[in-house]
Amino acid sequence: MNSLDIRVRKSLQSGLPIVAEPYAELARELGVSESEILDTIRRMQQDGLVKRFGMVLRHRQLGYTANAMVVWDVPDNEVDEVGNQLASETHVTLSYRRPRRRPAWNYNLFCMIHGKSRVAVLAELSDIIERNGLHRYAHDVLFSTHCFKQRGGAYV
Amino acid sequence: MTVSPEDLELLNAVQRDFPVHGRPFAAIAEILGRSEDDVIYRLNELESSGVISRFGAVFDHRKAGSSTLAAMAVPEDQLDEVATIVNACEDVNHNYARENEFNLWFVVTGSDRTAIDDALNGIRARCDFPLLDLPMESAYTIDLGFSV
Repeated sequence: MNSLDIRVRKSLQSGLPIVAEPYAELARELGVSESEILDTIRRMQQDGLVKRFGMVLRHRQLGYTANAMVVWDVPDNEVDEVGNQLASETHVTLSYRRPRRRPAWNYNLFCMIHGKSRVAVLAELSDIIERNGLHRYAHDVLFSTHCFKQRGGAYV
Repeated sequence: MTVSPEDLELLNAVQRDFPVHGRPFAAIAEILGRSEDDVIYRLNELESSGVISRFGAVFDHRKAGSSTLAAMAVPEDQLDEVATIVNACEDVNHNYARENEFNLWFVVTGSDRTAIDDALNGIRARCDFPLLDLPMESAYTIDLGFSV
């Protein structure tokens, strides 16, 4: 990984200025040409390092204050299928498989549902279970009650 | 701050497939039938007020480095104190209280797994509570943001 890549990644982590020519501005800051910045960002998108690029929002500020982490106990030979079913649901923003840590923690599938109220989120979850026939899997709903920290991941 | 329907339309237009060329806000403004200056002004207001977290990237955790989701079971009366200790770790980027016996959930990111282990060990050294380390094994979603 070259040093320009690292510097561009740091800027993408912390944020670019919202000005008419943001890439030219970043190029000036880093002492390189605008086309080098554009090529670097495009390459990172093509490589899949950058999953999404644009404005990153704080959804809680827009009224999406009910944030539920729904966890499921799905047999290992079914978890990929169920994970994909959840991922294709409009109101599910994340769907990940994680390890069980028995006996304290038996759930291996995690998904996030955001909504404007608990009632709305629970109704949505009920629909998701109905639509996908997920009744047979044990699950739990962990609403967030307080945000202690929220910022983008810093890897470099 | 008051977020108007025009603001919501704008926010939906800028979360993904963002133009990577010279004057991206001019392109967005044209699609929305607004002026470039107006779009830039409004987005800056939304960023100042905290609705927009940043103009930047969401990274693939595993390609960018390493990350894990961790959880601790903390007595309620010590939750604030423990949350502060967890927050003090630079590698923690999300930290939430949730309704469960495991009531403090936080995400640790770093350049590699060793960095994650160091961060978790630092936290374990300061708070002696049951801790779950739950790294992602498979991701089923492509994070495209969600429409507001």
